[in-house]
Order: sequence, then structure tokens, then C-alpha cells
Amino acid sequence: MINLQREKNPMPEQAPDVRNKNFLEVTLGYTEEQAINEALRCVKCRKKPCMDGCPVMVKIPEFVAKVAEGEFEEAYQIISETSSLPAICGRVCPQENQCEGVCARGVKGMPVAIGRLERFVADWHAANYGDEEIKPAKGNGHKVAIVGAGPAGLACAGDLINKGYEVTVFESLHKTGGVLVYGIPQFRLPKEIVAAEVAKLEAKGVKFETDAIVGRAITVDELIKEEKFESVFIGTGAGLPSFMNIPGENLLGVVSANEYLTRINLMKAYKDEYDTPIMHPKRIAVVGGGNVAMDAARCAKRMGAEAVYVIYRRSAEEIPARAEELHHAIEEGIIFHYLTNPVQVLGDDKGNVTGIECVKMELGAPDASGRRRPIEIEGSNFVEDVDYVIMSIGTKLNKLILDTTDNLKANERGGIGTDDKAETNRPEIFAGGDAVTGAATVIKAMGAGKTAAAGIDEFLSK
Amino acid sequence: MKRFEILSKRMLNDNITWLVISAPLVARKAKPGQFIILRTDEYGERIPLTMAGHDSKKGTIDLIYAAVGRTTMLMDQLEVGDCFADIVGPLGKPTEMEGLKKVCVVGGGTGNALAYPLAKGMHDAGIEVDMITGFKNKDLVILQDEFKAGTDNLYLVTDDGTAGEKMFTTVKLEELIAAGNDYDEIVAVGPPIMMKFTCEIAQKHGIKSIASLTAYMIDGTGMCGGCRCNIGGEDKFVCVDGPDFDGSLVDWDELIQRSAYYSDQEKYDREHVCRLTGGVRYND
Ligand SMILES: Cc1cc2nc3c(=O)[nH]c(=O)nc-3n(C[C@H](O)[C@H](O)[C@H](O)COP(=O)(O)OP(=O)(O)OC[C@H]3O[C@@H](n4cnc5c(N)ncnc54)[C@H](O)[C@@H]3O)c2cc1C
Ligand SMILES: Cc1cc2nc3c(=O)[nH]c(=O)nc-3n(C[C@H](O)[C@H](O)[C@H](O)COP(=O)(O)OP(=O)(O)OC[C@H]3O[C@@H](n4cnc5c(N)ncnc54)[C@H](O)[C@@H]3O)c2cc1C
Ligand code: SF4
Ligand code: SF4
Ligand code: FES
Ligand SMILES: [Mg+2]
Repeated sequence: MINLQREKNPMPEQAPDVRNKNFLEVTLGYTEEQAINEALRCVKCRKKPCMDGCPVMVKIPEFVAKVAEGEFEEAYQIISETSSLPAICGRVCPQENQCEGVCARGVKGMPVAIGRLERFVADWHAANYGDEEIKPAKGNGHKVAIVGAGPAGLACAGDLINKGYEVTVFESLHKTGGVLVYGIPQFRLPKEIVAAEVAKLEAKGVKFETDAIVGRAITVDELIKEEKFESVFIGTGAGLPSFMNIPGENLLGVVSANEYLTRINLMKAYKDEYDTPIMHPKRIAVVGGGNVAMDAARCAKRMGAEAVYVIYRRSAEEIPARAEELHHAIEEGIIFHYLTNPVQVLGDDKGNVTGIECVKMELGAPDASGRRRPIEIEGSNFVEDVDYVIMSIGTKLNKLILDTTDNLKANERGGIGTDDKAETNRPEIFAGGDAVTGAATVIKAMGAGKTAAAGIDEFLSK
Repeated sequence: MKRFEILSKRMLNDNITWLVISAPLVARKAKPGQFIILRTDEYGERIPLTMAGHDSKKGTIDLIYAAVGRTTMLMDQLEVGDCFADIVGPLGKPTEMEGLKKVCVVGGGTGNALAYPLAKGMHDAGIEVDMITGFKNKDLVILQDEFKAGTDNLYLVTDDGTAGEKMFTTVKLEELIAAGNDYDEIVAVGPPIMMKFTCEIAQKHGIKSIASLTAYMIDGTGMCGGCRCNIGGEDKFVCVDGPDFDGSLVDWDELIQRSAYYSDQEKYDREHVCRLTGGVRYND
């Protein structure tokens, strides 16, 4: 029996004018009935196009078929064969560009809601098998160090511990999870989910060293020579914020999205009992159009801002944020200035931000990225009165590991150079995730962590 | 030793405390001029403090801090045997000493705590160190014995003359330069306004100046940009590119403005710190 309904089963969620005042999760997840009903929309295509759309080739038709039969735990086991973090990826993957973007049902109507089903299965497993006792894997005597506890590092640690390696993860922040804890807000990805994944790894025997900054406290070479790690995986992300270099950017009230989100997510400035200082401005401009910009804008609204503007230099067509986040942001009352670019931030004599001067743009010929290049329309300048500006125009790669590791080669983007098996030019060192590619996605970082784990296993089994 | 356990605590005056803390991973690589970031507990903010010393064999670091606001007042409530939730480091670039023969270090108020490891580090490295320590009054004077042992010439000045000579550090500095001292470098550590004037004097005499900047920090690893300062027209991140910068390149007015950004919230927090019951909050 196939469900011919053209639309996805709608996702239950908090009403926009309720949720834009709290940090609880926006989407509430399918019920069993909704999940089964949605799973029945899959037509079990022979060529499985959806799988090719998934960076880690989750066996989508197979797990969806199990959901349709109500065999949720079996569905979970199938997903787990290729993905380590389904509760997370189901929530944050840009499905419209990946699995769902190529789903056959999407040709006429909406694709199967693969992401929502993946989340459903993972949440169902956590609720029903969550306190299952985890036995530490039998050791094989080999020691591996992982640098960075983001999705890349966690996935790598998970696969290695399952194979019996002794695994230690070094993380410079005080919490594990990388962008999953310091960047992506609670209302999109509850931190309890990330903590549960980490707890599972700990139960299996992975050691986590937080407050340990590799390259400063200890170098990769020292990990190998002095601490006797036989192999090292580097998953340090791409966390350095970029600024626009326009006048007024150092006025009081101009921050990077990283700073704003770190204060709110990692250091819980939205909760009274935390000491973290944060401003509660009334009118905010967020510059940029990615997931980071959406997260900053939606946090700002929740922190009590009356007006939040997203200023993006291309049109709605090109906006890189996940479709769902954009949709949610609009519902929550975020105002979008498309084809607009800031030229300067304005301030008063005390140095406080009073406005942002922007210029209107039009799209010209395609640039190197294939997207049409925005060009300024002369004389179209206008000022938006704001008292806070959040710069969210991308991040750069951190050079610390490259600078402090002997003879480790960079790639052309300035990231850590690897081949497609996540091997660097030093045979015992592997790398993956944003540290290699520059800012990308959770699933790609997770996939790279798994590829590296396979590579490390091969290297140490020789 | 427990992780980040306080091993000793010594009050230098009513306001300033010296802690020795177990932090082996930080201590093994620490160098003069570097700092750490700590959290008191799960609810605490992240604040930077310079390492006043370290012992890489014992795995300990020293912090000298002034109780000025909520977090540092909470720190005062911790006793020997208590532990910090987090300490990460060593952060920032170590102080550059290469090629220096004679320097003058100028410390103002609490800044003397930050200046101590620096002066001692330079002295240990064989550089001739003149040290000017300046305070408001005699009750605030700290570290004189330590400075005596860690420098070649020590000068104490206070604003009201209740200890040492009655003058500002800047006047003493002018005096020493006028007396023919040939400094390769002048190092200023203290409130921004004092560093600004100190660096201006150095510039006037054509002497290189170094200032140790204290910008707002969060991660301390270059990830947030909150600590950015205009140095010679270019934005630098104090946590990774500093904290020491050429004083003649610092945009002092911007720095002074930026370092008061949260002062309203801090004032509120400071006034409400007394409401906390039972010392530092614990959650385990
Ligand atoms: C606000 C925001 C929203 C996003 N939203 C989405 C989304 O909806 N969907 C999606 O797919 N992707 C999203 N992304 C991108 C995604 O989060 C990243 O691509 C992914 O997290 C990269 O994983 P990683 O493991 O490579 O690095 P990270 O997650 O960056 O983790 C790296 C870790 O290494 C640590 N580290 C760095 N240097 C050192 C060192 N020297 N020593 C020790 N530890 C170190 C860091 O502290 C960090 O914890 C978002 C990113 C941001 C910032
Ligand atoms: C690199 C560096 C090294 C430092 N070393 C020392 C030291 O060795 N001894 C010492 O007593 N102080 C030092 N400081 C200053 C110290 O960080 C602040 O006194 C402390 O953060 C005050 O926190 P609070 O909550 O007690 O007070 P608050 O009332 O919150 O703040 C008082 C003032 O401290 C500064 N401050 C507050 N929070 C931060 C922060 N997160 N980052 C930076 N500055 C902040 C601001 O100027 C603020 O106005 C250093 C600062 C930096 C940047
Ligand atoms: S991991 Fe992401 S891309 Fe792959 S099937 Fe799941 S939601 Fe789709
Ligand atoms: S492409 Fe869509 S309909 Fe086809 S098998 Fe995959 S999920 Fe099912
Ligand atoms: S403290 Fe975040 S970049 Fe310096
Ligand atoms: Mg404070």
C-alpha cells in the first residue's frame, strides 16, 4: 500500500508567536501514526536516487520501509550502519539539497520527509532503548587521539571505539559537541541530544579531555612522540569569524555571529542563572544569509528584540540557509532585506551603534561560484535604524594545528590537506570535517570522521 | 591533586589574591606573558587571567587577581581544596624578549599582577629590568618582595604618597629616562588610560613601547572576534595575536570604549553577588 498524498505529513510545531519567545524546540516530531503515514509515501524506487543524495548513503528506502511496517528499532539499526548521529542529522541536514532534493516523489508534489523520519526513528530509539546498557568494546591495544569534539571527531571516535581502539578526544572548549553546542541553538537542536551522544561514547570507553587546546597545551607531534598515540585525527572545524572591513565595525554593539551564538548557546546567556553577559538590544541587523545568520536572527528575536532584519546581498533564490530555517524565520517575524549590502555602521559619540547604512544591489553576470554576482545600485543608499549588528558573513580556517605540527601540508583552501581517504601527507595523521573543507555541513563532517576511522583502522592494522 | 584544585591561597591585600592551582596540561607549556581562561562553575562566565607563574614539574600555575566584579568575587569564596570547573591555556603569545638588554616595566594598580611574571621572566632571561610599581595608596601596594627579587631596580610610587614616592608612574618614567637610562623597550601594564600615557612618553623619546591589552574575551582561541582591537589600522584578535602589542599602534580611545561595554550589567551583577547563599554555587 502506498500513500499517494502529494504533501508531506506536516510537522507538529510550536506556533510562531509562541516559540519566538522561548528556546524550546520549534518542531515537536512525528507521532508513530504520522511517521508510518509518511513512510508509506515512499515508492521504493529501484535506483534509490535518495541514497545518492545523502553524503553518507544512508539506506533510505530500507529504513523507511521498516518505519512503514512499524519496525522502528530495525529502522534505527539500518540507519546506524552508515550514520552515527541520526537524531542530529535528521534535524539539521539541508535535506532539500541532499536526500530529499532527489527523491522521486518530489517530482510531482513534495519529497518523502526523509529527515523527519530519520529524526523520528532516532528519537524513538532514544526513548525506548535509551537506557540500554552499553558494554565497552574489547580493546585491541592501539591508541588513537582525536582533536576536536565536533561531529567529525565524535563520529571518528565512535567508529574507532567500536573497533576496540583506545580513544582520547581533546577539546579546547569546556563542552563537547563543536558547533552542535556552541553554534546551533537549543530551539533547533536540543543540547541534551548532543550530550546523550557523548555519554554513549563515554560509556563505550572514549575519554574526553575538555579544556585541552592542541597546538598550545600539547602539540600533535607530542601526542605522537610523548603520549604514544599511534595515530591522530584532526577535526578542529573552521571557526574563525570574518568581518566586512567596513567603517564602524568596531563600534559598541557590532559582534560576530560566533560571539553572539557562543554567549547564548555555549554559555547559556538566555538563562538567568548563568553569569554570561549579553546585551538585549531592540533593533538588530544580521548581515548574511546562511544557517548561521538565521540562527543569530532567531536567537535575537527570542532575546526580546522588537525588530530583526536579515541583510543579504543576493536574492531569496540564492539564500544558502536551509529551507526550513528560512521558512521558520519568516514565520517568526524576522524581516528580510534581500539584494542589500551594508556599507557602514553608524554610531553616536559614545561609540554605540545607531544605524546601518546599506546599498541596494542587483544581480549581474554569474561569478566563479556560478551564482549571479551582486552589483551595487548607485545612489540607492538608505539607513536602517538599529542598535546592534551581528556579522554573519562566514568563517575562516584556524591555522594553529598547521602552524604547530611538523611538516603537515595545507590544501589550496588553507585547510588541512587530505586525500579522499582523509589521510594527510603524514601517514599517521588524518583529518576531516570543516578543518579540511571550510564551513560545510554536519553530515559531511560526520562522514569524514567515519572515513578517517576506516583509514586509521587500515593504517594501524598493517 | 584534583583537576583545577586550589593548592594555596594568599591574600596580598584586601582586594588581591594569589592562588596556586593544579593544572598540569596548562603548566607544561606556559611562558611569561601567557594567560588562561577559567570558569568557576557550570553557571560561571569565562574570564581571562594572566599566569603569574607556573611550575611545569609540579603541574601548577599561579594566578594573581583583583576582586572587581561578580566572577572574581565568587573566586574569593573558593578555598584551598576547592576546584575550578575549567581552566584552559596557555593562551596568547608569550612576551617577546629577543635582543633586549634593558627595559623598564611600568605597572599600574592590579596591572602589577600582570606585570610581575613579565618582569621576572625578562629578569630570568638576563635582561636588565627597571620596574615602576604604582598604586593609589599604601593599602593597595602588593608584591614588593617578589618584585625586589625579580628585577634590578624597583621604584614604588603612590598617588597620595602614603608609600614610596608621591607621584604618578608616568612622572617616574620621565625621571628615569631623563637620568640617562637607555631603555630598549618600555612595557606598560595597567588600566588602558595609564598604558596610553606611558606609551606616549615612550614614543616621545623614540623608545619602543609594549602594552599588554585586556580586551573582553570569551573563547580565547580566535573563534569569536569579541576581543578584536584596532592595531595600526588593522583589526587584531588580542587573544591570539596578543595580548602584547606595540603601544604606538594601539587605538587607545577605541580600546577604552570597548572595555566598558558591559559595565551596566557588571554593576548590577556586582551589587547582587552578595545575595548568593553558601558561597560559590556547586552543581555536580
Ligand atoms: C550557527 C551554525 C549553524 C549551522 N547550521 C547547520 C545546519 O543546520 N545543518 C548543517 O548541516 N550544518 C550546519 N552548520 C555547519 C556545521 O555545524 C559544521 O559544518 C560542522 O559542525 C563541522 O563539524 P566539525 O566536526 O568539522 O567541526 P566543529 O563542529 O567546528 O568542531 C570542531 C571542534 O574542534 C574544537 N577545536 C578547534 N581547535 C582545537 C584545538 N586546537 N584543540 C582542541 N580542540 C579544538 C572546537 O572547539 C570544536 O569543538 C552550522 C554552523 C554554524 C556555526
Ligand atoms: C589577557 C588578560 C589577562 C588578564 N589578567 C588578569 C590578571 O592577571 N589579574 C587580574 O586581576 N585581572 C586580569 N585581567 C582582567 C580580568 O579578566 C577581569 O578583571 C575579570 O574578567 C573581571 O571579571 P568580574 O566578573 O570579576 O568583573 P566584572 O565586573 O564582570 O568586570 C570588570 C571589568 O573586567 C573586565 N572584564 C570583565 N569580563 C571580562 C572578560 N570576559 N574578558 C576580559 N575582560 C573582562 C572589563 O573591563 C570589566 O569592565 C586580565 C584580562 C585579560 C584580557
Ligand atoms: S543523513 Fe541527512 S542527507 Fe542523509 S538521509 Fe539523513 S537527513 Fe538525508
Ligand atoms: S527516492 Fe524517495 S520515493 Fe524513491 S526510494 Fe528514495 S525516499 Fe523512497
Ligand atoms: S576571545 Fe574570542 S576571538 Fe579572542
Ligand atoms: Mg563579570
